Parts: sequence; C-alpha cells; structure tokens
Amino acid sequence: MKKRGFLFRKSVDIAVRAFSALAVALAAAAMLWIFWELFARGGAALSWSFLTNPSKPYGIPDGGVANALLGTVFITSGAAVLGVVPAVCAGIYLAEFRDTPKLSAAIRFAANVLMGMPSVLSGLFVYTVMVAPTGRFSGLAASVALAVIMFPVVMRTTEDMLSMVPYALRESALALGMSRMRTTLLIVCRSAGNGLLTGILLSLSRVAGETAPLLFTALFADSWPTDYFSGPTANMPVLITEYSTNSPFAAMHAAGWGAALTVTALVFLVNMTSRILFREKHHGN
Amino acid sequence: MAIKAKAENLNFFYGGHQALFDNNLEVEANRITAVIGPSGCGKSTHLRIYNRIFELYRDQRAEGRLMIDGVNVLDSGVDVLELRRKVGMIFQKPTPFPMSVFDNVAYPLKLHYKLKGGELNDRVEAALRGASLWEEVRDKLKSGGLALSGGQQQRLCIARAIAAEPEILLMDEPTSAIDPVATLKIEELMLELKSRFTIVIVTHNMQQAARISDFTAFFYKGRIIESGPTGTIFTAPSNPKTEEYITGRFG
Ligand SMILES: Nc1ncnc2c1ncn2[C@@H]1O[C@H](COP(=O)(O)OP(=O)(O)OP(=O)(O)O)[C@@H](O)[C@H]1O
Ligand SMILES: [Mg+2]
Repeated sequence: MKKRGFLFRKSVDIAVRAFSALAVALAAAAMLWIFWELFARGGAALSWSFLTNPSKPYGIPDGGVANALLGTVFITSGAAVLGVVPAVCAGIYLAEFRDTPKLSAAIRFAANVLMGMPSVLSGLFVYTVMVAPTGRFSGLAASVALAVIMFPVVMRTTEDMLSMVPYALRESALALGMSRMRTTLLIVCRSAGNGLLTGILLSLSRVAGETAPLLFTALFADSWPTDYFSGPTANMPVLITEYSTNSPFAAMHAAGWGAALTVTALVFLVNMTSRILFREKHHGN
Repeated sequence: MAIKAKAENLNFFYGGHQALFDNNLEVEANRITAVIGPSGCGKSTHLRIYNRIFELYRDQRAEGRLMIDGVNVLDSGVDVLELRRKVGMIFQKPTPFPMSVFDNVAYPLKLHYKLKGGELNDRVEAALRGASLWEEVRDKLKSGGLALSGGQQQRLCIARAIAAEPEILLMDEPTSAIDPVATLKIEELMLELKSRFTIVIVTHNMQQAARISDFTAFFYKGRIIESGPTGTIFTAPSNPKTEEYITGRFG
C-alpha cells in the first residue's frame, strides 16, 4: 500500500484550517459591521431622556422609547408566563411518561410543523380569535401570539434536555422510595437545569424580537403600556419598524436607529448576565 | 437462621423475551449473599425484582412470588414507596444527585421521616460515618456531590441508601467502576454493614465473592443452577457448570 505523503496531509490540514478561519472571520465581520452601523447611526439619538421618556408623535420634542421598552418587557414576560409553563410540562410528558408512544409521536410531529410556520401566521391566528371578536388590540394578545411561537420550541428543548439525563439517575431516585413526580421534578429537571434554562432564555430572546405577530396584536401606542390587557401597547420591534420604514422624517429614522441600538445593548446585557450567573452555578457544583 | 427474602418460581420477561426461569432462592438475614454468573445470565434482572424498580419500564413483567418478611412484594396491594425504603439499592455506576453532599443524604431521609434540624444533621452524619465517608467529607458537606472521586461518590450512594434505615441492601456490581483501594474500603464496609442489613451483591469478581459472602448463588442462562454456603460452592460445587465458571474456564 502506498502511504499518503506528509506534505499532502499537512496541506489538507492547512486548507481546512484556513477555510474555517475564513468562515469565522466572515461571521464576526458581519456582526461587527452591524454593531458599527448601529453605533454610527443610533449613537447620536441616545440620551438620558431618550431612554426615560415615552415616545411622542412626530414634531413633539423629547420623544423617547421608555414606553416601548416597558411594553416589550410586559409582552415578553406575558409570553413567558403563558408559554413556558405549559411547554415545559408538555416536554416533561414527552420525555418521562412513555406510556402513550403514538400520542407522543403525534405531538412531536405537530410541534415540528408549528416550528416551521412563519411567525406572522401566529399573529394572524390570534388576531382572528382574540382581536377581531373583541375589537381590541392588546399587549395580552401579543403575549399569546408569542407564547404560541415559543410553545413548540420550548417543549422540544425540554424533552431533549430531559432525555439526556441518564436513566440510572431516575432509577436511583426511585430506588430510594421517591415518587415518580418527585423524581421528575426534583432530580431529573434539576440535573437538566442549566440546559433547560438556557433553552428557555434563548427562545424568549428570540420571540422578544418578533415583529410581524405584534403588528396584528399589540399594534403600537405613544402612551405608557397601562392598557396591556385591553388596548394597543407600545413595543420595541414595532417602534423600530414604524420609525425606520413608515416615516419620511430624518428625526424618526435616527430615533429608530437609537431604539435598535438600545435593544441590541439590552439583549447583549441579558445574555452576559445569564452567562455569568450560570457559570457561577456550574462552578458551585 | 432467619430467612429475610425468598424467591419462589420467579420468571421475568422483557416484552416477549423471557430472561429468568423459575428462580428459587433463599436470602438469609444479616448475611451477604453473592450472585455470580456469566454476563447476560440474569443477575441484574433478578436483583431488580426485589425493589420492583423494573416497573419503571412498561414492557417488563415479573411472575411468581418474592417473599420479604413473609409478604409477597409483587402483590399489587404493596406500597412500593415503603418497599423501596425497606429495600435499598446501589448501582454499578455511582449516581449522586445534583445537590450538595449533605442534601444527597438528607433528601431521602426527609422523604420518609419527619425530622427536626438537629436530628437531621445527626442522622446524616451517622449515615456518612456508616459508609466510612464522614472523615473525608466533613469539611465539604455543602459542596456538590458530583465533585467527589468515583469511590467517594459510591460511598455517598451507600450512605444515601442506608440513611433511610433499609433492611435489605441490593448491590449490583458496586465496585466494578472503582479502583482496588476504594474497592477494599467498600468490601470492609459491607462486612461491617451486615450486622445491620441483609446484603445481596452481584459481582463478577470471584475473589470478592469468596472474600465477603456467606452464601453464593450461581446463575446461568436465566436459571439458578446452584446456591448454598460460599465455602461449599467454591470448594465442592455439585454442578459441573458451577465449577467451570468458578475456575475460570468460561464466562
Ligand atoms: N432492557 C432490556 N430489554 C430487553 N432485554 C434485556 C434488557 N435488559 C437485559 N435484557 C436481557 O436479559 C438477560 C439478562 O440480562 P441481565 O442484565 O440481567 O444480565 P446480567 O447477568 O446482569 O449481565 P451482566 O453481568 O453483563 O450485568 C440478557 O439476555 C439481556 O439481553
Ligand atoms: Mg448486570
């Protein structure tokens, strides 16, 4: 047998390395470019009043984004409350209770279809069942729409994370006389804890940026989001879209960039904090 | 001698596949019974009937009777949680829970008993001492159970199992994933523990079986070929298969 030359293997190695380095550089460059544009265009709009004042119609001075920020927090939290708990329960059912394999397979299939659905459909759906019948846009409707988007993702993540916990751990918990429910909640979920939380946070931060479903549900308002349950509610994604694409005025464009920068900074901050928190917890174990 | 547990015509099925055939075995109280036999002969399967842990899997089924203290624990009326308090189990690989060393032991205790703070601490300490682990972990009770070495983790699992005061301890190859020094520690521990518990241990290590057990049962292809005092089984087995296995000619 003829041996492959050292030089050949070496050059393949170099080529593969160069290719992956290039790919990483491209991705990083794209990200940096986005940051650069955000800072260059949005930096000027940022000020204390921009962050603390509510938005105002064009022409009125001292408009801000505080109401939209708060609205987004409300809407996303609402989605978390409505979506995460049932989705985690459903994931637990799929992973832990294998008595109904056919039903489980059907649920998984449905979840996969839901995940592939364009997010705007979820907005339309909630519009037809909640907004149109009552004649009211609301933050709550937006939360429902986002919860619908989150549900299949969180459910499958939960199932995957729990399935990674070795069966030996379940057996040793049961062997100590723990009930099935206790074993699931206190031992299995706890072991999967970090992965589970990361998955939930990731899907939350993904839906927090959804725009299309909000156009049919929360809409927008220049007021503080006191009408979360019954009226149009300010939020960041719609504010950015409106200011940047539906307004002819340069001042609005600048505010749109400022809002985009604010959101990006916020996402960055949330990401970093959760990373630090999880790392500390990990070391503790 | 008192009989603690008694298998009567036990058969076991994994779905359509029968893994145990008419197992009959008497387990004496406060003695160590070793279960030996070639890989796949049904040792673990047999053990997993005693605490009904196999019921976690839907397609697994046991037939026959398993008497513990004169009660057939396979009866549907038996309280499984109480049965599992009474019959503890140690697995091949240590499985500490993702919590502190203290909580690993305290958790099962709190599950079965109402204890006050000081009482709980005392019981946890007693269990850790019982598993000869106390000296090694007394300064890191608050740190995670997963941060211990493999041998320490296994002794933590033993402490956890004996904390709730079981009467029978099932051990499925408890030392196969552990170094020789830690193995010796655990063997010494078993000899100490047998004054308080009835122990059934599965092992692939003939020397270990000879060193620590009082009785030995030899499994072959799902059947118990021979059982009796360890001395007799090892020096004068009545079945040629037993002798072949013990002298290392197969398995
Ligand atoms: N989950 C399972 N599903 C189907 N068959 C199984 C399952 N577990 C074990 N078996 C079968 O049951 C028989 C006995 O297995 P068991 O695990 O009890 O053997 P063992 O004596 O403990 O072997 P080892 O010494 O390798 O641990 C084997 O033939 C095995 O293939
Ligand atoms: Mg086995």
